Amino acid sequence: MSSNPTNVVIAGLGGQGVLKASDILADVAFSAGLDVKKSDVHGMSQRGGSVASDVRFGQRVFSPMVPQGEADFLVVIAPDQVEVNRAVLGPGGVLIQPSQIDESALPNKKSLNVALLGLLSLYLPFPVEAWTSSLGRNLPEKLHDANLQAFSLGRDSGETSGQEK
Amino acid sequence: MDSLQQQNALSLLSGDEAVALAALDSGVTLGTGYPGTPSTEILENFDKLGGKAQWAPNEKVALEVGIGVAFAGQRALVTMKHVGLNVAADPLFTVAQIRLDGALVIISADDPGMASSQNEQDNRRYALAAGVPMLEPSDSQEAYEFTVRAIELSERWQVPVLLRMTTRVCHSKTIVRRGTVKIPAPGPAHFERDFPSRVMIPAYARPAHLRQRRILAELAAWNETEGPNQLINGSSSLGIIASGAAFQFAREAAPEAAPEASFLKLGMTYPLPLEKMRAFAESVDLCYVIEEGDPYLVEAARTAGIHVEAAPESFRFGELSVSRVRRILTGDTSPEPKRVPGKPPALCPGCPHRSAYTILKELNCIVAGDIGCYSLGVLPPFEAMDTLVCMGAAIGVGLGLRHSLPPEEAKRVVSVLGDSTFVHSGITGLVEMVYNPPATGHVLVILDNGTTAMTGMQEHPGTGRALDHGQTGKVVFEDLARSLGVPNVIVIDPVQDPEKFKQTIQSCLDKPELSVVIARRNCLLAAGSIRAYERCNEQQSN
Repeated sequence: MSSNPTNVVIAGLGGQGVLKASDILADVAFSAGLDVKKSDVHGMSQRGGSVASDVRFGQRVFSPMVPQGEADFLVVIAPDQVEVNRAVLGPGGVLIQPSQIDESALPNKKSLNVALLGLLSLYLPFPVEAWTSSLGRNLPEKLHDANLQAFSLGRDSGETSGQEK
Repeated sequence: MDSLQQQNALSLLSGDEAVALAALDSGVTLGTGYPGTPSTEILENFDKLGGKAQWAPNEKVALEVGIGVAFAGQRALVTMKHVGLNVAADPLFTVAQIRLDGALVIISADDPGMASSQNEQDNRRYALAAGVPMLEPSDSQEAYEFTVRAIELSERWQVPVLLRMTTRVCHSKTIVRRGTVKIPAPGPAHFERDFPSRVMIPAYARPAHLRQRRILAELAAWNETEGPNQLINGSSSLGIIASGAAFQFAREAAPEAAPEASFLKLGMTYPLPLEKMRAFAESVDLCYVIEEGDPYLVEAARTAGIHVEAAPESFRFGELSVSRVRRILTGDTSPEPKRVPGKPPALCPGCPHRSAYTILKELNCIVAGDIGCYSLGVLPPFEAMDTLVCMGAAIGVGLGLRHSLPPEEAKRVVSVLGDSTFVHSGITGLVEMVYNPPATGHVLVILDNGTTAMTGMQEHPGTGRALDHGQTGKVVFEDLARSLGVPNVIVIDPVQDPEKFKQTIQSCLDKPELSVVIARRNCLLAAGSIRAYERCNEQQSN
């Protein structure tokens, strides 16, 4: 059995870009040559309800879902969804949430998901260029600038508060 | 890195996307189906990739179209969610014994745990009941490969093949290597007259049934030696038989719960390779079956005299997961932790259904409801939908209530369904309403928001646009209702003038006549796209 995969859960409400954020992250890990699985549930949850998306990457991944209590990172886009999802975090797992970002500095409120990815990126072993090219592949061109700014804002928020590992 | 991935023909795909890619790579000539979570994205992606894909009014029609494609020596892919196969069960059970010329692959996307469904039926039972061979992928790579193999099997044995997926296989993204299995392109389309094989009158159906059972016996033998099953040798103390998503959970759970277990992973789960299962079970001290849903494999194994351990009944409900499989393997029967409830889905702010439900509630109607976004009308603040059974049931159930309740109560009964659901299986209900009208009359409200909203804005025959949003024939509900002789047919916007909508419903309820009220206003989420499609289609027709 190879080493355990890295487990990330991204959570929020329908319409907040949870699935887009997990697509961007999964693409970064995939481009790094890792095994990746990503899982989320579509359908009814789209109607403004709770949405969570699991991304797992490493040498070998089996289950596409992060087992309860084993997430290394929990990224929550809606503050009221923190408690709903907290149980998925493992011991020593890191919670990333909107209060860590100065939302008023966001070029576009809709890019909070990407700002939180910026914060998450400080903990993961992927170069910034891998993230920016994934953003480019996963978002329409007209949104690139706003999201690149949001991503940088997220990274800066983490760096100024000394959260980089 | 990108170029390296591309050179290796690797991509990160959902199971649905992988099926669409396989359909393209193996020359599927027509994909058809009805939208239903978690199967919807298969045909949408097949269309995007350049395949010929179309929405049918319902799954029965889709399967019948697929049968015709296979009769013409071509390759058909028919997609639906698990409950869709109930609708298509009539053609399924008979095409199972018909000799095909081309390929017919039917996707059944099951929804254990009911992420977005009304039941968690296990469609592996259909393979057994109808006698149709079935493959079960456990990730996107297998979704790709098993789609190609299903086409190959269908053509080789001239029978339909079921590909059973589940929500996690359909919607999880995993890495897919393209082109790992290849089959030759389909031959030219042709029709060969063959009465005994194609015309299921009893005289021909009797030998056809014998042929079906003979082929299933051949397929069982093939599955024993050449089937897409995988043996993973580990310790001889514990063996695990699993298929589909359950295999992935068990693989991850096993090292912790039972170091180095051996696995027999089944890819073809009907007809089963029973001798392979027997030999595997006998090769280990303890053999568990880990499966999601019904005890389908357990029952088959035990009926064949194979000794296997099964999960307790409580694991039959909901999805499995790594944690749940660990519990099964360690015999942990303590209560499972309850998930903190999240925010339930709700009708969008500005949704036209909101206005309709507010009024139905004010009028104290008994609402025979149906399946779609508007099913959410049962939840607060509306609490204005009293029944939900299956697609189209609103009309029949409403009529039955009208026939049975005392007149004062009967007069409050309204049938409510959406536009796509009406086309899917409401039209025959409307015919019943005209043919057997209740003494108090009846009111049918079609909530026409111009799209199949719940599954993600798919077109349907009532929109006049095809799967790719191009212009096509349009079924006009009001014309249809009038042509059937419904005396009161009213089209109204429930948002623009709620008071008029309320008065309309009230006046229909007061009459001992049949009424069809079409509450027409585009879904707020789809309205922008609908305008763009309409503009584009107008320009093209000019």
